[in-house]
Amino acid sequence: MTATKATTERRPRRPVRRRGDRIFAGSAQGAGILILVILAGVAAFLVIESLPALTAPAEEIPGGEGVGAYVAPLLFGTLLAAVIALLVATPLAVAIALFVTHYAPRRLAAGLGYLVDLLAAIPSIVYGFWGIFWLAPKLVPFYRWLEENLGFVPLFAGPTSATGRTMLTAGLVLAVMILPIISAISREVFQQVPTLHREAALALGATRWEMIRMAVIPYGKSGVIGGAMLGLGRALGETLAIALVLSVSGGITLNLISSGNPSTVAANVALEFPESSGLDINTLIASGLALFLITFAVNMLARWIVNRRADFSGAN
Amino acid sequence: MTTQITPAPPATDGRTTPSPAQRPEGRLPRWVPGACFAAAAAVAVGLEAMGDFNIALAVLWTAVLGTLFVWVSSRLMEGPRKATDRLVTCLVGSAFGIAMVPLLSLVYEVTRRGIARFDLTFFTYSLYGIVGEGGGAYHALMGTLVITALTTLISVPIGLLTAIYLVEYGTGRLKRAITFLVDVMTGIPSIVAGLFAYALFALVLGPGIRLGFAGAVALSVLMIPVVVRSSEEVLKLVPNELREASLALGVPKWRTIVKVVVPTAIAGLGTGVTLAIARVVGETAPLLITVGITNATNLDPFAERMATLPVFAYYQLTQPGVPPEFAIDRAWTAALLLIMLVMGLNLVARLISRYFAPKTSR
Amino acid sequence: MAKRIDCSDVNIYYGDFLAVENVTVSIEPRSVTALIGPSGCGKSTFLRALNRMHEVIPGARVEGKIAMDGQDLYGPDADPVAVRRQIGMVFQRPNPFPTMSIYDNVAAGLRLNSKKLKKSDLDDLVERSLRGANLWNEVKDRLNRPGSGLSGGQQQRLCIARAIAVEPDVLLMDEPCSALDPISTLAIEDLMADLKDRFTIVIVTHNMQQAARVSEQTGFFNLNGVGQPGRLIEFNPTEKIFSNPDQKATEDYISGRFG
Repeated sequence: MTATKATTERRPRRPVRRRGDRIFAGSAQGAGILILVILAGVAAFLVIESLPALTAPAEEIPGGEGVGAYVAPLLFGTLLAAVIALLVATPLAVAIALFVTHYAPRRLAAGLGYLVDLLAAIPSIVYGFWGIFWLAPKLVPFYRWLEENLGFVPLFAGPTSATGRTMLTAGLVLAVMILPIISAISREVFQQVPTLHREAALALGATRWEMIRMAVIPYGKSGVIGGAMLGLGRALGETLAIALVLSVSGGITLNLISSGNPSTVAANVALEFPESSGLDINTLIASGLALFLITFAVNMLARWIVNRRADFSGAN
Repeated sequence: MTTQITPAPPATDGRTTPSPAQRPEGRLPRWVPGACFAAAAAVAVGLEAMGDFNIALAVLWTAVLGTLFVWVSSRLMEGPRKATDRLVTCLVGSAFGIAMVPLLSLVYEVTRRGIARFDLTFFTYSLYGIVGEGGGAYHALMGTLVITALTTLISVPIGLLTAIYLVEYGTGRLKRAITFLVDVMTGIPSIVAGLFAYALFALVLGPGIRLGFAGAVALSVLMIPVVVRSSEEVLKLVPNELREASLALGVPKWRTIVKVVVPTAIAGLGTGVTLAIARVVGETAPLLITVGITNATNLDPFAERMATLPVFAYYQLTQPGVPPEFAIDRAWTAALLLIMLVMGLNLVARLISRYFAPKTSR
Repeated sequence: MAKRIDCSDVNIYYGDFLAVENVTVSIEPRSVTALIGPSGCGKSTFLRALNRMHEVIPGARVEGKIAMDGQDLYGPDADPVAVRRQIGMVFQRPNPFPTMSIYDNVAAGLRLNSKKLKKSDLDDLVERSLRGANLWNEVKDRLNRPGSGLSGGQQQRLCIARAIAVEPDVLLMDEPCSALDPISTLAIEDLMADLKDRFTIVIVTHNMQQAARVSEQTGFFNLNGVGQPGRLIEFNPTEKIFSNPDQKATEDYISGRFG
C-alpha cells in the first residue's frame, strides 16, 4: 500500500503538532510532573533533615533516650486524641447525614447541609480558642461527675483537671473538626442509594428507619468507613487546636480527664519548633516524618476503601 | 416531631408477635410528639429551677426526656416498630442539633470577645513599640494578604495546568500516578507541609531561616491538591461536544482549551480557587514554623520574618505579656477577622458559582 | 472551492478494535454524498476520519490513504489542524459555544485562530455566513444574545454558519437533523441544496428518505455481525441505490427488511 502504512505499524505515528500545542501540552504535563517532584521533595527533605537526629547518639536527643523514646509518647497521644475524635464523630456524622438526606424537609436539606459544612471552614486556631475558653470550662463539672461515679475505670481515674484542658477535651474538639468531613462523604453516599432499593424496602411495609437499615446503611457502609478514615487522617495531623487546648505534661497515660497528658506529634512541633535549634529541630522533623508516614498510610487505606465502593456501585 | 408517616405495616411481622400496630387507632395524633417535647421542656425547666439554672442542661434534659416520652407513647399506641422509628427520628434530629452547638457557640463566643477591639486602630496600627493597650494587626493582616496572594500565584497555575493535563491530555501510567499522588497530597498534615518548606529552605539558605516565601511554599503544598481536585471536577463537566466543535473548526487543541473549555468552566474554576484560598488563609501551623512572627510591618516575603493573622492570634493568646488582657483582646479580634475572612470567601465562592455560570439552555 | 476526496484501503481502529475495514471510495465535488446504514456500522466513524476528528479519541487511528484533490490528509507532514480548517463539520446535536453570543459563535473559527480582521470585514463575514445558513433574517436583531437561546433548528443552522464562516472546501454533516423537528429538518435540507454549489457535502443519515431527497451519491455501510468491522457495501448514484441496487443487502436494508 502506501508509505503511511509502513510507518503506522503497531503504535500510531505521532501526528504533526503545532508549536503552540507542544508548548501548552508540555507545560500542562510539566505541572503534573511537578506535583510528583513536590511530593518526592516532601519525603526527601524530611528524610534528609531528620537523618542527623536518627543517627545521633541517644543522649543528645531531648529526653536523653533517643528518637524512639522521644517520639513514642507523642505518637501515642496523637493516636489517642484521633481515636477519641473518631469514636465521637462517626456516629454523630452518620446521624447528621441521615438527617439531611432522609429526615429534613426537602427544601431545607441543602441549607442544613451547608451549615454543617461551615464547620469545616473555621480555621483550626479558632477551634483552639473556642476549646480553651468555651468548651473546656464547661466540661469540668462533667469530668468531676465522671471521676466521682466512674473513677474505677482507668480512663476516668482523675484527678480532674481544674482547667478542663484534657485529652478528652482535645478529642472532642477534634471530633467537631472532622465531623463535617465524615458527614459530607456519608451524605454523598446516602444520596446515591438507588431509589429502587429504597422503594423496594418501603413497598415491603418498612418504616423509615427499617428502610434505612435495610437499604441505605448496607449500601453506604464502606463509604462511611472511607469517610471516617479520611477524618482520621485529618485528626492525626491537626495541630493548633490541640496545641492550644491540651495541657501537656507527662508521658503515656490512658487517663483522659487529668491535667497530665501526652502531647501529639503535630502539636509538639508547633509548640517546640519556634524555640528550637540544632539537633532539636532535626528531632522534631523526624517526628514529623513519622506523622507523614502514618497519615499517608491512613489516607491510602481510606482512598482504597472509597474507591472499592465506587467499583461496586456501578453494578446497581 | 415527624409529620410524614409511612404506611401501616403488613399484617404479620416475622420477628415480633402481632403488635398493637394493628389496632385501628394505631397512629399517634400529629400533636403528640410536640406535646411530649413541651412536657419534657416543662419538667426540665422545673428540674433545673430547683438547683442553679443551667440552660445547656435544661436543653439536654428536654431532648432526652422528650425522646423518651415520644418513644413510650408511640410504643403504647403504635407498637414497637413505629416506636423504634420515632426514636431514631428523634436521635437523628438531636444529632443535627448537637452539631449546631459548636457552630453557634463558636461564632457567638468569637464575636462577643472579638468585637471589643474591632476598631479602626486594629486595622491601621501594627504592634511596633506597643506595650499593653492599643496597637493592632495591620502588619499581620497585610502579611496574610501578601503570603496568601503569593500562595495563590504559585498554586493556581500549577493546579490548573495539572487539572488540564489530567482531563485533556493525560493517559496511562503518568495520569494514574498523578491522580494518586494528588490524593496523597490532600492528606498531608499542614504541619508536615511547614516542616517540608522549612527543611527545603534550611538546606538552601541555612538553618533557622524564617521567610514569607517559605510560608507561601508550605501553603502551596496544601493548596495545590485542592485546586487540582476542584478544577478537575469542573473541567470534566464541560461537554465534549464543545471541544469537538472547536477542533472541527480547525482550532488547535491548546486554543480550544484556553478559549473554549476554560471559559465555559470559569465559574466552577473560580469557585474552586476561592474555596482553596479559604482553606489556606486560616492555616497557622506551617506559618508558625516557616514565617515566624514580628511586631513591625514587613511586606517583603523574600526578607526576614513576617506577621500573619493566624500566627498573630496565636502569639497574642499564648504570650500576652503583662498585663495580658489587651493582647488577649487582640487575639480574639484576630480570630474574629479570620472567621470573617474565611466565611466571606465561602460566600464569594457561592456567589461566583451562582452568577457566573454560563447560560446554557441544556 | 469544493474539492474531491479519494479514499483508498482505509482501515479505522479504536485501539485494537477494527471498526471500519477497507473502504475505497471517491467523493465528488459540488455534490451531496449520503452515507446510510444500520447503527454501529461505522459510517460516522468513517466521516470523522475524513477530517481527522477520529484521532481525537484516545487510541483511535486510521490506516490507508485519504487525499483531497491529491493532497494526502494523513501524510507525514499533514497538520490535522489545517485539515480541519479545510474540511468543516456539523454534529448530530447542535453545539453552539454557551459562553459566546450568536455573533461570536459565527466568528469563533476566526477569532479562536486569532486571525485579525477589521471590524467591518468581520461584520460582513458574519452576515454572509448567517445568510448562507438561512439564519440571518431570524437573528439579525439579536446578534449579541447567547447562541444557546435559539431553538434547536436555529442552533443547528448557527453551527452550519459557524462551519462555513471559516470557508472550508468540504462540509461533513453527522446526522445533522436527527435531533430536530420536521420543519427544522426541511430548512436544513433546503440549505444543503444551496450549499452544494460551493461545498463538497458528505452527510451521514439514518433517514433513507432524507438521503434520497438531498444526495446525488449514496454509500451503504453494513457489518456482518456484532464485533465485526463495518464495510462499505455499495457506493452508487442515489437514484440507482434506491431503485436498483447492485447488492442484495442494500436492497434488504432499503426496503426495510432489517436495520
